[in-house]
Amino acid sequence: MLRRRLNRLLGGDERRVDSRTIYVGHRPCPATEAFIPPKFCDNRIVSSKYTVWNFLPKNLFEQFRRIANFYFLIIFLVQVIVDTPTSPVTSGLPLFFVITVTAIKQGYEDWLRHKADNEVNKYLVTVLENGQKIRTESEKIKVGDVVEVKEDETFPCDLILLQSSRDDDTCFVTTASLDGESNHKTHYTVPDTEKDLESLNATIECEQPQPDLYKFVGRMHIYKKDQEPAVRSLGPENLLLKGATLKNTQKICGVAVYTGMETKMALNYQGKSQKRSAVEKSINAFLLVYLCILVSKALVCTTLKYVWQSEPGQDEPWYNQKTQREKDTNLYLKMFTDFLSFMVLFNFIIPVSMYVTVEMQKFLGSFFITWDKDFFDPEIQEGALVNTSDLNEELGQVEYVFTDKTGTLTQNNMEFIECCIDGFQYKYRDAGSELDGFCVTDGPVSKLQQKAGREKEELFLRALCLCHTVQVKESPGPGQGQADGLMDQVDGLGLGGEVLRPEEQRGFIASSPDEVALVKGAMRYGFTFLGLESKNMKILNRNNDVEMYELLHVLNFDPVRRRMSVIVRSKSGDTLLFCKGADSSIFPRVRPEEVDRIRMHVERNATEGYRTLCVAYKQLSAEEYAQADAGLREARLALQDREEKLMAVYNQVETGMSLIGATAVEDRLQEEAAETMEALQGAGMKVWVLTGDKMETAKSTCYACRLFQRNTELLELTVRTLEDGGRKREERLHELLLDYHKKAVQDAPPVKAGVTRSWSTANQDYGFIIDGATLSMVLNSSHDSNSSRYKSLFLQICQNCTAVLCCRMAPLQKAQIVKMVKNSKGGPITLSIGDGANDVSMILEAHVGIGIKGKEGRQAVRNSDYAIPKLKHLKKLLLAHGHLYYVRIAHLVQYFFYKNLCFILPQFLYQFFCGYSQQPLYDAAYLTMYNICFTSMPILAYSLLEQHICIEVLLDNATLYREIAKNAMLRWRPFFYWTVLGVFHGLLFFFGVRYLFSNPALQDNGQVFGNWSYGTIVFTVLVFTVTLKLALDTRHWTWINHFVIWGSLAFYVFFSFFWGGIIWPFLRQQRLYFVFANMLSSVSAWLVIILLILLSLLPDILLVVFRKPRGPNARQKPVESSMGGPQSPRSSARPLLMRTFSDESNTVI
Amino acid sequence: MMASSYNAKDEDGHITVSGPGGGTLKNKKPDNTAFKQQRLPAWQPILTAGTVLPAFFIIGLIFIPIGIGLYVTSNNIKELEIDYTGVDMSSPCFNCSQNFSWNSTRPCTCTIPFYLEQAFESNVFMYYGLSNFYQNHRRYVKSRDDSQLNGDIEALLNPSKECEPYARNENKPIAPCGAIANSMFNDTLELFYIDPNGTKIQIPLMKKGIAWWTDKHVKFRNPGGNNPNLTAVFQGTTKPVNWRKPVYELDTDSENNGFINEDFIVWMRTAALPTFRKLYRIIQKKNSMIPTLPRGNYTLEVVYNYPVGSFEGRKRMILSTISWMGGKNPFLGIAYITVGSICFFLGVVLLIIHHKYGNRNNSADITN
Repeated sequence: MLRRRLNRLLGGDERRVDSRTIYVGHRPCPATEAFIPPKFCDNRIVSSKYTVWNFLPKNLFEQFRRIANFYFLIIFLVQVIVDTPTSPVTSGLPLFFVITVTAIKQGYEDWLRHKADNEVNKYLVTVLENGQKIRTESEKIKVGDVVEVKEDETFPCDLILLQSSRDDDTCFVTTASLDGESNHKTHYTVPDTEKDLESLNATIECEQPQPDLYKFVGRMHIYKKDQEPAVRSLGPENLLLKGATLKNTQKICGVAVYTGMETKMALNYQGKSQKRSAVEKSINAFLLVYLCILVSKALVCTTLKYVWQSEPGQDEPWYNQKTQREKDTNLYLKMFTDFLSFMVLFNFIIPVSMYVTVEMQKFLGSFFITWDKDFFDPEIQEGALVNTSDLNEELGQVEYVFTDKTGTLTQNNMEFIECCIDGFQYKYRDAGSELDGFCVTDGPVSKLQQKAGREKEELFLRALCLCHTVQVKESPGPGQGQADGLMDQVDGLGLGGEVLRPEEQRGFIASSPDEVALVKGAMRYGFTFLGLESKNMKILNRNNDVEMYELLHVLNFDPVRRRMSVIVRSKSGDTLLFCKGADSSIFPRVRPEEVDRIRMHVERNATEGYRTLCVAYKQLSAEEYAQADAGLREARLALQDREEKLMAVYNQVETGMSLIGATAVEDRLQEEAAETMEALQGAGMKVWVLTGDKMETAKSTCYACRLFQRNTELLELTVRTLEDGGRKREERLHELLLDYHKKAVQDAPPVKAGVTRSWSTANQDYGFIIDGATLSMVLNSSHDSNSSRYKSLFLQICQNCTAVLCCRMAPLQKAQIVKMVKNSKGGPITLSIGDGANDVSMILEAHVGIGIKGKEGRQAVRNSDYAIPKLKHLKKLLLAHGHLYYVRIAHLVQYFFYKNLCFILPQFLYQFFCGYSQQPLYDAAYLTMYNICFTSMPILAYSLLEQHICIEVLLDNATLYREIAKNAMLRWRPFFYWTVLGVFHGLLFFFGVRYLFSNPALQDNGQVFGNWSYGTIVFTVLVFTVTLKLALDTRHWTWINHFVIWGSLAFYVFFSFFWGGIIWPFLRQQRLYFVFANMLSSVSAWLVIILLILLSLLPDILLVVFRKPRGPNARQKPVESSMGGPQSPRSSARPLLMRTFSDESNTVI
Repeated sequence: MMASSYNAKDEDGHITVSGPGGGTLKNKKPDNTAFKQQRLPAWQPILTAGTVLPAFFIIGLIFIPIGIGLYVTSNNIKELEIDYTGVDMSSPCFNCSQNFSWNSTRPCTCTIPFYLEQAFESNVFMYYGLSNFYQNHRRYVKSRDDSQLNGDIEALLNPSKECEPYARNENKPIAPCGAIANSMFNDTLELFYIDPNGTKIQIPLMKKGIAWWTDKHVKFRNPGGNNPNLTAVFQGTTKPVNWRKPVYELDTDSENNGFINEDFIVWMRTAALPTFRKLYRIIQKKNSMIPTLPRGNYTLEVVYNYPVGSFEGRKRMILSTISWMGGKNPFLGIAYITVGSICFFLGVVLLIIHHKYGNRNNSADITN
């Protein structure tokens, strides 16, 4: 939707121009002849759907687009226009009710969106205009405005950084709410801009807005008097994105380049479209079937009517003359109105009340989620939140789970766990012994086996202290870490609690949280990094001496090399290179004999799910350093292929090192993350991890969550593997895809349909890893034919993998993946779960979006369908709530169709006996009340309270979830069963009474019954049968069920007496006067009612008996009983519950 | 007995309420009530063969005797049906049916002799039956004005438009209006017993008690309250088009005249099916010693007024005794016997299956 809006806003001609020119501060530039202020959209964010003016027509239009609503509208209009057997009120009133309720609900939701928009749009910002600071509303920012932002404020639009309060022309930004990366990123001002923004005269030329957060290309022309305009290139490092937050910098000034709906955030935000559940689609399909039945019934009746009437004396016998008007009506018009009349007569087959009941069930049912105390998190003092109640049952149908990593699977809270120095393991002891550990001068490291030499230890710790890009946060206010809730980034060491010295209350800022963890780890062992002062790194060592190292070079981390190094010069003049990185990238570069000692530790740590890093060092001789220094400087200055050249130098320098040790850092998983994931997989769901994070990190998380097992073979499709072959990426991609496809899809033994979802088969498990860059190659391949081919290959591979990991994803890419899976064959139901704003797009895209009430703001929660405090709650939400809701609503839908089919079928059959005259079989009161009063409450209670399997069992046995997979209860087979049942009942009701009425003298005084008695007997049988049928299906009888089921029947009897007991003054005909009472005075009527009810329920009883042994409970039983002891609290109830065919019948015979 | 258990799931009660800071922010924490936690104590019945099997046998054992009883009762009911439409040339009413005209003032009568092979011991109910007469046609069913029939003066003079085209005639409101009233059955049936020695004895026919009590006493009321002068009450109205006499001349007995005439009320209760019977007269048993209708020769004398030839209808006279279950109808008895047998049979089948299945199940348990 936004795209469309965007296109419209941009207009046709501007779309073709692929760059835009921005005049900084709206100052005309000497170079351009004429200053035409270009038109860009304003900075207003619009997420609402309606305005006050278009609400009514637009909403009505949207509502009547629903097939059911439209149908009822038509029926209503027909009843108004044509002379029909039933009054327009019978269908008009429910329709009006449904439409009004829905309109109010949607209006309220839109009002909330308006409010949220206003909050953003009316937010006050400071704009510099002609040297003055003007406070204005955010929505008034225009492209070209110079905006000032203070610390901890979010950027109101996409800005090019012009000026920072920091000395080094940088500023720190956290993009947690955009891509989920909670670290601080450094952004740079445009070089050589004048300090005085007022006199800055410049234009910016940049590309048209595009959603990729990491891409930006632009140029800035700076005009100075009497000088050639200077041109500076602009990259993503100069661009501050809307939604990101300024950190650690007092204030900045920037010029707005993209505003409003054109900002990268807005482009990544997808319009919240109305989500429809699969059940609703099934309902619509069934509705069509019933519509066909309805139309064919009406057609049959109309045809037969005219055939019948063509016989002499039938159309208008002397006793039943037509009125003059009827005689005058055109034959074809009469046929048409007859057809419509039949439609109206049979229209009850499509129940309006079903929509009301379904809505009510969803609305009321969703309260059980909010009420569930298991979802209550004492930490944040909140429980679950339901934003849309439309999707309750979808929770029971999930096939793919897309989860974010940071903050969802993990707590995003790095902790140093252990290290290994020279082959000896050092585990840091917690809590109690912590203080002792610090005090012992001999060695703060608690040893497990033996200790490495003290020198090695210190070298290792120094390496940890030096080899990083961590900065010390200036002036950290005590407890500030907790205050802004971002302890993981600005860690004031508050976590430990036992802070001894005030100077230890320092915060570290780093681009990666594990660097902070490492520095903090070193600090625990006595080496404290004090900060960087004019190229000197200061370290406080164990003896409380400050050591100074001159930082010569930083060889940055990059995902291909997977390591980083620093070159420092110590006081003593030695030049040292410290390097840390992934084992795979370090091991080949150190001496092999050292590797063996450490490899074991590294592998063990990796399998435990820790992120491991190896640390190596190398002493550089003066010549070596000089050479490296020269190489590095040259490469940095290179204008072309800078990256490659740098890489070559890095590789050259980082050789021949000696390995000192390895570290293990834990990104703490969420509580019960692994158990939850296991349960989800056990339930047949495929879990995909979509993260913006680095591959290594994500991979270790996957291992920790047991998504990847030790024997899982990983298929990797990343930039790294693509570049391995040294060929063109496209070719390599093609080759790899085919290779993996062969491995995972073709070579996999063909599995039977029933077992496809089982994941723990004996054959090889595959895990698939792909990164953002590769994904975009797969999805947007240059050749269209290839693209679709790659896509299907990719999908097939993924579908055959137990778990898929997608790393380095932009928010929109996450949504793309979700969309791709969603639209794949079979249309699987997808669920996305995430906690940050970067997950919003995938939350919106998936069938069900779940937000975690995490640390990264509330955007995910706001845009989600359901929000839960913790990941672990997902298990109960899906396995228990989802399962139950699905079963309930599926039964509700089937039952509704069934009960209306057997309601209307006798009426249809009656037409054959009343000359096709549209004579209703039942009284109007019964016609109206049937769905509203007599049969609605029991099914509503059922659909709210039913637990065919109790919650504990559902939670214990994830496999039960598979039984309802793929919409099992709403497929054509069960639908067919219910329809046949409905037809059977309808036929039975009608013909049972028909044969009884072959002699209408049914009372012992010889008096006869008329047509209304006939209808009333049929109706009584009907009401009792459908209610008792539901009673048969109810597995969980609470007092409410009892009350409602028996209450409805009692109400029916009471109502019938009441309705027939009085001459109603407002009725034109007293059709039912004492009909019911007279019926009850007839023994034959009683007998036939009992007989028909019993006969109708017979097939169901039989079916239940025959089906039971295959039911979940029965299967459950042997397992439970064999467990015996530990199950004791429930085992007392179980055997009774699980009683099967055999042990029960022993008591009988 | 149903295999069931009361699953008291709320036993963990309020133990888990406490938590860090639970007291201060109590309002945010979901209530720990059994209902909100979906832990209401529930009865969880499971239908198993064990519960259903005896039910089948019991149903079988109850239904079969009931069915037999019903069947026997129905068979004991004596019923005699005489079609007097007069379609055949040989039929005594052939002439009447052929020479029918709405305007004829002279009633056409015909006499149908019949022989009663079995004596009718108890009260005998006399019905007339019509076939192919669509009293349940929508246009017909709605063509009445119940407020008029309930004695409403306003409705008497302004019949509802549902009565069209029988609402007004010659600018006068029709009382009673509508197609149903207009087409009221007006044949007169009389029954004579032919003594073995040839004398014709008229059998007294009772015309009270043939309509529902509530209809006669509540639903149908003459206008003007208890005013016995019905002629005055119906002043300003006209008789239905096809009637020979106005509504206030239906009977001489004021308790059975006007709208509360029982023949009229019976006719106004529209039949469910196009072939129907309506109660016409009751022949009360006088003496416990003599049967109501002894074996022998009878004649049925019909004043033939009601034309059915135009729509190929049939007219019948039915004499029937009545039991506690109503008139003769073997359907219920047969149905009960059938269903009872099915249940019994199913019970046996289930028992057999259960034995086989039960053994298998046991072995499965052991392997586990």
